[in-house]
Amino acid sequence: MESAVNQPVSEKEPFLLLRQVSKRFGGVRALDKVDFEIIRGEVHCLVGENGSGKSTLVKIVTGVVAPEGGAEMVIDGKPYSSLRPFEAYRLGIHVVHQDLSLFPNLSVAENIASHFYLEPRSFVDWKKIRKRGMEVMEKLGITLHPDTEVRKLSVADQQLVAICRAIASDARLIILDEPTSSLTWKEVNRLFAFLRELKSKGIAVLFISHRLDEVLEIGDRVTVIRDGKKVGTFVAQGLTRDELSFLMTGKKLAFTREVMLQENRPEILRVERLSRTNQYHEVSFTLRRGEVLGLIGPRGSGRTEIALSLFGLNPPDEGAIFVDGKRFRARSVQEAIQYGIGYVPENRLLQGLVLDQSVENNLVITVFEQLKRRGLFVPPREKHAFAEETVLAFGIKVADIEAPVRSLSGGNQQKVVLAKWILTEPKILILDTPTHGVDVGAKESIYQSIIELVGKDLSIILISDEEQEVRLVCDRILVMKGGKIVKEFSPGTMTEDDLRQSIRE
Amino acid sequence: MKIPWKIQRQTEWYLLFVIIVLSAFLTVVNPKFFTLENIFDFLRNNSFLGIVALGELVVLISGGIDVSFTAIATVAQYLMGLVISTTMVNNVLLAFLIPIPIGIALGAVNGVLVYYTRVHPVIITISTLNFYYGVLMFLTKGTWIYKFPPAFREFAKLKVVTFMGAQGVPFGFSFFTLLWIILGFFTFVVLRYLTIGRKIYAVGGNLEAARRAGFNIFRVQLFVYSYIGLLAGIAGFVHAQLNQMIQPNAIVGRELDVIAATILGGASIFGGSGTVWGAFLGVLLIAIIKNGLILMKASAYWHEVIMGSIIVLAASISAYQRKLQIRREKGRFAEEQIF
Repeated sequence: MESAVNQPVSEKEPFLLLRQVSKRFGGVRALDKVDFEIIRGEVHCLVGENGSGKSTLVKIVTGVVAPEGGAEMVIDGKPYSSLRPFEAYRLGIHVVHQDLSLFPNLSVAENIASHFYLEPRSFVDWKKIRKRGMEVMEKLGITLHPDTEVRKLSVADQQLVAICRAIASDARLIILDEPTSSLTWKEVNRLFAFLRELKSKGIAVLFISHRLDEVLEIGDRVTVIRDGKKVGTFVAQGLTRDELSFLMTGKKLAFTREVMLQENRPEILRVERLSRTNQYHEVSFTLRRGEVLGLIGPRGSGRTEIALSLFGLNPPDEGAIFVDGKRFRARSVQEAIQYGIGYVPENRLLQGLVLDQSVENNLVITVFEQLKRRGLFVPPREKHAFAEETVLAFGIKVADIEAPVRSLSGGNQQKVVLAKWILTEPKILILDTPTHGVDVGAKESIYQSIIELVGKDLSIILISDEEQEVRLVCDRILVMKGGKIVKEFSPGTMTEDDLRQSIRE
Repeated sequence: MKIPWKIQRQTEWYLLFVIIVLSAFLTVVNPKFFTLENIFDFLRNNSFLGIVALGELVVLISGGIDVSFTAIATVAQYLMGLVISTTMVNNVLLAFLIPIPIGIALGAVNGVLVYYTRVHPVIITISTLNFYYGVLMFLTKGTWIYKFPPAFREFAKLKVVTFMGAQGVPFGFSFFTLLWIILGFFTFVVLRYLTIGRKIYAVGGNLEAARRAGFNIFRVQLFVYSYIGLLAGIAGFVHAQLNQMIQPNAIVGRELDVIAATILGGASIFGGSGTVWGAFLGVLLIAIIKNGLILMKASAYWHEVIMGSIIVLAASISAYQRKLQIRREKGRFAEEQIF
């Protein structure tokens, strides 16, 4: 693989060069004198915690916001003092958003060639559109049928279409925002092969991701931003995950778990030969009181499907579940709650919260019945006091508990969901990828609350796709693949690499 | 694989099947149903419905909805009626040209309101429906117009092909049916071969993506609401021709027939999909059902019950199909991991 890694940077002319870029929003300094450059044909990664200024930097590069005076921008050899979005687009700077922004009802070819519709022509040249779509896909080694409707493709294929679309309208720099967050490992590998193909064509890629392993795997160089300041740009080769994490946060992920579970704890959950067609097959495991059980595996391995089954949302076809020795039929959420099972869903934004409602209302939603001690109503003052107390207890950072949940940061939204479920006093809490898209600092506080919870005799099933996470937090780890549990580990007996091996092989 | 847009279009085949079954049933009940004479008559009488359904189709594809077109058609035909009955200009082409700009203008008002207020188009167009219709009723006090110039009366009998009936009464393929087909073809061309047509699909498929791609959303919305306005104007003319009478309250109230027909024809209420062929079949099906109800002497109130049920049914079926598709996708995902 040919790359820019070991060549001195100055030998290659950068496609994009930023000097002394600053930006303030109100009183907050989002970016502070940042220098940044991207070379043609490199995969440049941008990492930083939430709120570090990553997205502000991207917005400046794409012309969505203007930098403050004194900044210098050179794109393709020409200086600019500020950019408008369409100028940036015309210069070949394209963003592939996390939601991909495709037209699901149109064909692959039409999506790729949709920029033709910006030309002042009244008639559609179908031959040209189809040809352009095929050309671009062929050039990049993609074999999708040009006439397939995009909605019928997998997320991974849709992503490739979105990138092809950028290439079709002459992108020189493609910005990928968290591109791997909804892909399986197989698909991530395919995406990386594809990005290498782009590199060989001289196209620059700016890769933004929370997944440091992936950053180190695909990146030629990594720029780290912390609190609006650039920490530095580093050659990815030779950098370790821990070093990178340290650069991002300025602190090590200091989390270690001291007390491990005693063997003689009573069993609280027993799952026997549970099956559901096309999802998982003959899954058996147990969970003890006060235990953190990790369930790790790629997307589609059946991990989320099992969690949904335990929460009554996805009734199993065969097998049995026992909670505290009693048979649990898993037919409804109400039943699951009665048995003391709580579930914090994977996509907190979509499933866990009513985003436009206040923090207060979101917190009381699961315990409303308990709060109305007398009569039909919950006294507003009591509700308010209760919410204040909860916010304090869970360390949720919020100025006003009547503010809508939408206005909170991702990590704090996560805490609200967590709090909401813990308030129901469950015996078993299922956390589905709770640190997905959350930065290192917030991760640590989530781990901390998990440990506090099991200290109070709660049992937790932690679904995850990060090896480090389950190794740090769990008492026991089950590896799932293809709907089956393929391996069981206790953290003392293996390294992160063992774990990674057993998942990916 | 020559035709790039040839994707599975099952909805149309189901519709065709149901239409054939229902027609066969009606023919058994009343053998006259399946005669050339009745079919021509049937197509002629439903050309009003068919023409406005084409407009509704375009609006639905863009992700919007319009219920005000009945009021637009009424206002347009009434103003036309006023002009030709007071001046008695003996020229049908002139009469035809009057409702068109009126329809476009009233439709454009909808488009502007929908874009700038960002209020749901159902709310906007219910309001304009009441506004247009209310003003018309207030000013005209509901007076009917039935005094037309001779050319206007003669034109209604115009046929493209004429046959001689068994009893010596001539019948044939009406000009208005031809107009319906021509407008259908025109709409097809707009949707398939004009850039604006593709933008309509794009906006209906993913509004935010269309905005990010740099498409002018205002132009698209202005176009679709003006387009249904245009067709409502033409349909107003057709309606006046077919009935040889203009009553301000004759058309308003038929919104559901048209929306039911288009949704039945496969246009999604979520936007982004729908075809001219489907909208054509949808209108035929609705018309056949109505015809059947009349043959079976069902009360007029039953017609409304049936129309309401059809909308709920058609919308539920399309929502259910969407769910199945998602589930199939998930199943595929799981299988890929296992094998």
